[in-house]
Amino acid sequence: MKQTTTRQFEKICEILDRYERKPAKLIPILQAVQAEYRYLPKEALAYVATALGLSPSSVFGVATFYAHFALTPKGKYVVHVCDGTACHVKNSESLLAAIRKKLALKEGKNTTDDLLFTVETVSCLGACGLAPVMVVNEVVHGMMTPAKCDEVLDKILESEATQ
Amino acid sequence: MNTTPDTPKPATMIIDGRELPLEGERNVLEVARKAGIDIPTFCYHSELSVYGACRLCLVEIEGRGVQASCSIVPEPGMQVRTNTKQVRDIRRIALELLLANHDMNCPTCARSATCRLRELSERMGIDEVRYKPVHERQPKDKSSLSLVRDPNKCVLCGDCVRACRELQGVGAIDFAFRGAHSAVLPAFGQNLDTGECVNCGLCASVCPTGALTPRPEMDAVWADLDDPDKVVIAQLAPAVRVGLGEYFGMKPGSITTGQAVAALRAIGFDKVYDTSFTADMTVLEEGEEFLRRFSDGGPLPLFTSCCPAWVKYAEQFHHELLPNLSSCKSPQQMFGAVARKMLPEQMKLEGKELVIVSVMPCTAKKFEAKQDKFIHDGVPEVNHVITTTELGQMLRQCGLQLDTLEPESFDMPLGFKTGAGVLFGVSGGVTEAVLRYAVEKMRGTPLEQVDFKEVRGEAGLREAVITVNGVELRLAIVNGLANVKTVVESIQNGACPYHLVEVMACPGGCVAGAGQPHAPGPEVRRQRARAIYHNDKGLELHKAQENPELARCYREHFGEVGGHAAHDALHTEYQHRRRLHELNLEIIEGQEAEKIPVQVCVGTNCFLNGSQELLRKLTRYVENKNLEDRVHLSATFCMERCGQSPNVRVGDTHLERCTFDAARAALDERLAGIMATVQ
Repeated sequence: MKQTTTRQFEKICEILDRYERKPAKLIPILQAVQAEYRYLPKEALAYVATALGLSPSSVFGVATFYAHFALTPKGKYVVHVCDGTACHVKNSESLLAAIRKKLALKEGKNTTDDLLFTVETVSCLGACGLAPVMVVNEVVHGMMTPAKCDEVLDKILESEATQ
Repeated sequence: MNTTPDTPKPATMIIDGRELPLEGERNVLEVARKAGIDIPTFCYHSELSVYGACRLCLVEIEGRGVQASCSIVPEPGMQVRTNTKQVRDIRRIALELLLANHDMNCPTCARSATCRLRELSERMGIDEVRYKPVHERQPKDKSSLSLVRDPNKCVLCGDCVRACRELQGVGAIDFAFRGAHSAVLPAFGQNLDTGECVNCGLCASVCPTGALTPRPEMDAVWADLDDPDKVVIAQLAPAVRVGLGEYFGMKPGSITTGQAVAALRAIGFDKVYDTSFTADMTVLEEGEEFLRRFSDGGPLPLFTSCCPAWVKYAEQFHHELLPNLSSCKSPQQMFGAVARKMLPEQMKLEGKELVIVSVMPCTAKKFEAKQDKFIHDGVPEVNHVITTTELGQMLRQCGLQLDTLEPESFDMPLGFKTGAGVLFGVSGGVTEAVLRYAVEKMRGTPLEQVDFKEVRGEAGLREAVITVNGVELRLAIVNGLANVKTVVESIQNGACPYHLVEVMACPGGCVAGAGQPHAPGPEVRRQRARAIYHNDKGLELHKAQENPELARCYREHFGEVGGHAAHDALHTEYQHRRRLHELNLEIIEGQEAEKIPVQVCVGTNCFLNGSQELLRKLTRYVENKNLEDRVHLSATFCMERCGQSPNVRVGDTHLERCTFDAARAALDERLAGIMATVQ
């Protein structure tokens, strides 16, 4: 069972009101809910289904269909390593390996236990001129090397430690 | 030659060189099938929306290449070829890919005899599968009392998803995930029994493979038949007598009542009775209830309660209709209650246990029989429910052929019925049977013409008006639960003030139930319905009130129709039923050991009645007063008191029609209590 903070609950209500509880707005509603939780807890999905008058199975279907939606908690920082053709030939795999090693992610795990980082690959970010590319949340880092990846992560860890 | 030159030549299209007239078919597939070309399909179902997923119905269309014939509207002059090499090759690949991930344990599959995948593989001559499986084995879901879901056999045709949503308006299952991970699942991947499923089994009826099948109870029945300390009796539902024959290759609509009775005795049942007897009883009880409500002013309309899938649907989605539901138990449960009351004395059980087995065309009856309210002091009214198909299978296990058995008669007295009780097997039948009682009573003179043909038919929603003594009785007959929505809307907006509404979940009624032999389709359904009406005609009595054994049963055991004893044994109550389980939105989780649990219901009804705002206000109140450590506040889905929404629970106090002030007062009171003990 996942804790929903009062602020998150207020936010869900506000999102539902903003989209006038229209079933046709399910996807933008789910996007907004995910922005709050960083994933879609099933309790929140059930609440959205009730509010929109949709069957929970179809809301679950939509939430699991799109790769953008996550049903398990994601880290505060989502690291996307591009593995499109251009990045791949520029050795993006070495970036991924370095990041995973730095964050001590075991096989089959993409999120750190402290919920600080989630590491995923994407198939082309459309920034092939900057290959290989890594994106942390909304910030794009181009022409990366394993060492530069380490630097970026170190900075984040530092700023988190001082908070 | 056409001798009337004025008549325009009908539009035609060419399929495999044959010129075929276009007569309003929805798609090329229907034109081809009409001409006797059975293009293979999984996902095409004439009563569901067109989906176009299975890619087996591919054809080549001149100028348009290879297309799915189910999704192409026929046009005049269109040239179609259904059996080119390209089409055959693609179909073969599609089938092989499905087989690669299919759990091919065919000999032990419940659907091995009627599996469409097996049949098409054989038809297309698939002798090897060139692809490797990529799916991991998933566990079977055996949680439901009515159905078994085996994801390893799913071919993702979506027939079940569309049937549940489009015909039943439930949506208990849907597609989840995508690509190679696609699956048909209940919400959140939970088990079937935790969700909205009403157990009608329509998904299993339309499933082309063994991914969804009725949950069998044959082993438990055999165990009781083998037990010398048990006396085992059977009740046979009306629709079974017109369905069982098909299992043995007879024509749809063959009436095999006598053979079914003989067969049940042959495999060891001590007595064989007819559910139509208690269907007659239902007519009297429900008819009396109707007349009483009609003269006392309600609540009307009276909704029938024979169909357990409909009852669960109403309990989940239409709490406001529960007072309108007839309080009569279904004929199956009435039979159990009557048999437990009458038979122990009559059969001289000598300490042996009486076991009651139902043979039903229905999967929801399995769920119904196991409800707590139908189990008294540990003894269920009905012990086991097997389907028509399960009975067929039990007979075949014993090497019995239905058509070679000499017909036998039901045992008395619970085997004697009138045509009214038989009509329960078909949509419109309950209404007609009740009318034969109620109209005669209203008129006060014997009813000569017993047929009410205006209530018969096939449409999913039918209306009829019967005038009695100058008073109009307005009736609605519903089959397919999706049509309930229309009826409820027209009742609530006052457009159709019905008096009586009959609801059966399965399109066509019980004759097309999920427990009947497979693949009904409209024509088979029509034949079975016709057989029910023939069966009624073939009996001497047609009005339940003329059943002499029933009259005696009332005289000796239940007193007056609708009286006190009858009410105790033959009627029941309904409950609001939650649809989502094990889901709570935890909003404030207090840290102190002693904290007050506060739950606000956010199920559909409470939500619509403002529970979101209430919850918001409570949340702010707790925060503003810095009470976060002392309160455990959560939103929960349905407290099963939808009629009194919004519902709030503070500690163990339940607050109905709760306002923020009432909730706050209750919370303050509890807090004061805690603070006093803490200090």
